[in-house]
Amino acid sequence: MLERLFAEHRLQLEVDVHMSLLDERPVDETPVPEPQDPELIEEQVPFRPRALVRSERIEILLAAAAGVTGSGVMCLLFDWTHVLTFAIWALLIFLVSIYLLARDSQSPIVATDRLITTLVWTSGGIAVAVLAWMLGYVVVKGIAGLNYEYLTSDMSKVGPLDDGGGVFHALVGTLEQMLIASVLSIPIAILTAVYLHEIRGRLAGIVRFVIDAMSGLPSIVAGLFIYTVWVLQGRGPSGLAAGLALAILMIPTVTRTAEEMLKTIDDGLRESALALGAPQWRSVMQVVLPTARSGLITASILGVARAVGETAPVLLTAFGSSSINWSPFNGPQADLPLYIYQLLRQPNPAQIARAWSGALVLVLLVLILFVLARVIGERGARVRGGSR
Amino acid sequence: MALTTPDLQALEEQVPRDIARTVTRGDRIFRTLCASAAAVSLFIIGGTALFLAIKSIPALQEAGLVSFFTTSVWNPTVGDFGVLGLLIGTIIIATVSLLVAVPLAIGLALFINEYSPARIRRILTSSVDLLAAMPSIIFGMWGFFALQAPLVGVASWLNLHLSAIPFFRLSEPDAPLLRSSFIVGTVVALMIVPIITSVSRDVMAQCPRSQCEAALALGGSRWGMIKEVLLPFGKAGITGAVLLGFGRALGETIAVALIIAFTIEANPYVLEQGGGSIASLIAIKFPEAQDLEISALIAAGLALFGMTLLVNLGARAIVRRTQIAA
Repeated sequence: MLERLFAEHRLQLEVDVHMSLLDERPVDETPVPEPQDPELIEEQVPFRPRALVRSERIEILLAAAAGVTGSGVMCLLFDWTHVLTFAIWALLIFLVSIYLLARDSQSPIVATDRLITTLVWTSGGIAVAVLAWMLGYVVVKGIAGLNYEYLTSDMSKVGPLDDGGGVFHALVGTLEQMLIASVLSIPIAILTAVYLHEIRGRLAGIVRFVIDAMSGLPSIVAGLFIYTVWVLQGRGPSGLAAGLALAILMIPTVTRTAEEMLKTIDDGLRESALALGAPQWRSVMQVVLPTARSGLITASILGVARAVGETAPVLLTAFGSSSINWSPFNGPQADLPLYIYQLLRQPNPAQIARAWSGALVLVLLVLILFVLARVIGERGARVRGGSR
Repeated sequence: MALTTPDLQALEEQVPRDIARTVTRGDRIFRTLCASAAAVSLFIIGGTALFLAIKSIPALQEAGLVSFFTTSVWNPTVGDFGVLGLLIGTIIIATVSLLVAVPLAIGLALFINEYSPARIRRILTSSVDLLAAMPSIIFGMWGFFALQAPLVGVASWLNLHLSAIPFFRLSEPDAPLLRSSFIVGTVVALMIVPIITSVSRDVMAQCPRSQCEAALALGGSRWGMIKEVLLPFGKAGITGAVLLGFGRALGETIAVALIIAFTIEANPYVLEQGGGSIASLIAIKFPEAQDLEISALIAAGLALFGMTLLVNLGARAIVRRTQIAA
C-alpha cells in the first residue's frame, strides 16, 4: 500500500532515496506504475506562470488568421511560389498582430512577453523543421538507388557515367576503421575518466585542460597530425591511419561523457566497497565501473556516432579508394563519408545519385547508433533509479 | 514548527571524518595505468603542435614567416604562399554563422528550459542531440542542394532592402549569389546550434529557481523574469557557449569545402559568390599537393590549430568559472 502511495505521488514527493530502495525489490503481483517520462523526475518541470484565458486564445487565433491570409494574399499578388517565403511573411504578420492586439487589450509589457514567447516557439520549430527537412531530403534523394546490388558491390569496374556500382568497399572501410578507433580510444578514454574522477591525481587539472583543448580540435587538424607522424614516415595511407585519427577525435567525447556518468554513481557505493576493505582498484573495477556500465556504453556509442561521420581526417589518412581493400593495414581504403565526398566532387548525375544513396546509408547508421545510445542510456538510468 | 538555533556541538559532529585508505601494490599499478592513459591526451596535443611545427618549417622558410600571414597567394610552383585572405575568410564565415546561430540557439535553450510543455521538450532535446550527431557531409550536401535556392532569395532580398548596411552590399548589382560566405555561414550555423544550446541550457539551469519564481511573484512577465534574472545570471556562461560555437565554426571543413566557390583572396562581399577558409583550403588542395605545398598546408593547419585552441580554452575557462561560482 505504501509502495503504491509512493509510486503514485512520485513526481510530487521527490522521494528519490526511498524510490531507489523500492526499485531494487522484486516486482510483486501489484505492478507499480512506471512514470511515463523519466526526464520529468530528473529535470525541473518548466514553471507555467498562468494559463491562457479565453480572450487571449481568441487574440492568438486572430493573429494567426491575419498572418496566414495576409501572407497568402501577398503570395498571390507577387507570384511568390516558395513555401518558405509564405512561412516567413506569415510569421512576420503574426508577430506584428499579436503584439498590437496584446498591447491594445492589455499592456506593452504583456505584448512584449507574447512577442518573445512566439519567437522562442519559432526557434524550437526551426530546429525540428531543419532536422525533418534534412532527413526527409536525404531519404527522398537516396532511396531510389538503395538496393541489394548497391550495398554489395564496389566502384572498381564502374565508369563515372555507368549505372551500377555501390558502397560495399566504403562500408567495409567504415566498419574496420571504426573498430580500430574504438579499440584504441575507448579504453584510454574510460581510464582517463577514472583518473579524473576516481583517482583525482596530480595531473588531473592539466589533463582536464588538455581534454578541453582536444574536444575543440578541428577534425582536419587531427588528420594532419596523423598524416605527419604516420603516413609521411614511410607507412603510407591505410585504414589504420584513419582509425588513429578518428581515435583522437573520440577520446575527448568519450572521456567527458564517461566522467559525467561516473559523477552519477552514488558515493555510498564507493564507501561501502571501502568499508568492506576493498582496495581502490577493486572498488573501481568491481563496483563503480559495473554500476556505470550502461552509461559508459552510451558514452562510447556517442563517440562512435561522432567519429563515423568525419570526412576530413579520413581524406588525409586513408585517401579513399574505389575498390575493396580488406586489409586496414596497408594501402588506401575508402569509408562512407569520404566515398560521398569524392563522388560529389565529380559533377555528373550518376555519381551524385550514388552519393545520395551513400548519404542515406550513413544517416541510417548514425540513427541506429543514436537510438541504441538512447535505449541503453535510458535503461541504465532506470536501473540506477533515483540514486543520484 | 519553531526554528531553533543549530547546536554547534551537533554541527561539528556532522563533519565527515577523513577517510584513511591504505594504498596497496595493486592500487599503485592501477593508478599508474590510469595516469598513463590520461597522459596519452597530453602527448597527442603536444605532439600535434610539435609535429605540425616541424613539418611546416620548409614552406615557412620558402615563403617567409611574415609574408605567409600577410599576403594572399597560393603558388606552389614557385613556393609562394600566403594565407591572410583565408584567415579573414575563416573569420567571416564563423561570424556569419554566429549571427545566425546565436539567436536561434538561445531561443532554443530558453524554449527547452522555460517554455515548452514536457512532451514537446523531449522531442526537442532529441532533435538537438540528433542535429549534433549528424555528419558534416550531410549538412554540406543538404546545404548545397536544398538550402541554396531559398537562401539566394533571402540574400537578394537583404541586398535589395538593406544595402545601406555595408555587410549586405555587392560588388556589382547582378553579381552571382550562389556558393557565398553567407550560404556557407548559415549551414555552419545550423551545425553549431546544438553545442551553443546545450552549454547555455546547462548554465541557465543553474540559476536558483527561487529567484526566478520571486521575479514572477513580483508580477513580472515571463520575459521580464528572463531578462532581469535568467540572462544576467547566465551572461558569462552564455558568452562561453557562444565562443565554443565560434571555435567549432572556425574548424568546420567539409561543409565549407563542398559549398563555397573557393578563392584564395578574401572576399569582403559576404552575400556574393566566392570565399574560403583555412580548413577548406586543406581539404581542397591536399589530394593533389606535392612536397612543398603539403608543408604549406601543414603550416596553414598549424595556424588553424593555434586559433581554435585559443578560442576553445578561453571559452571553457569562462564556462567552467561560472559553474564553480554557481
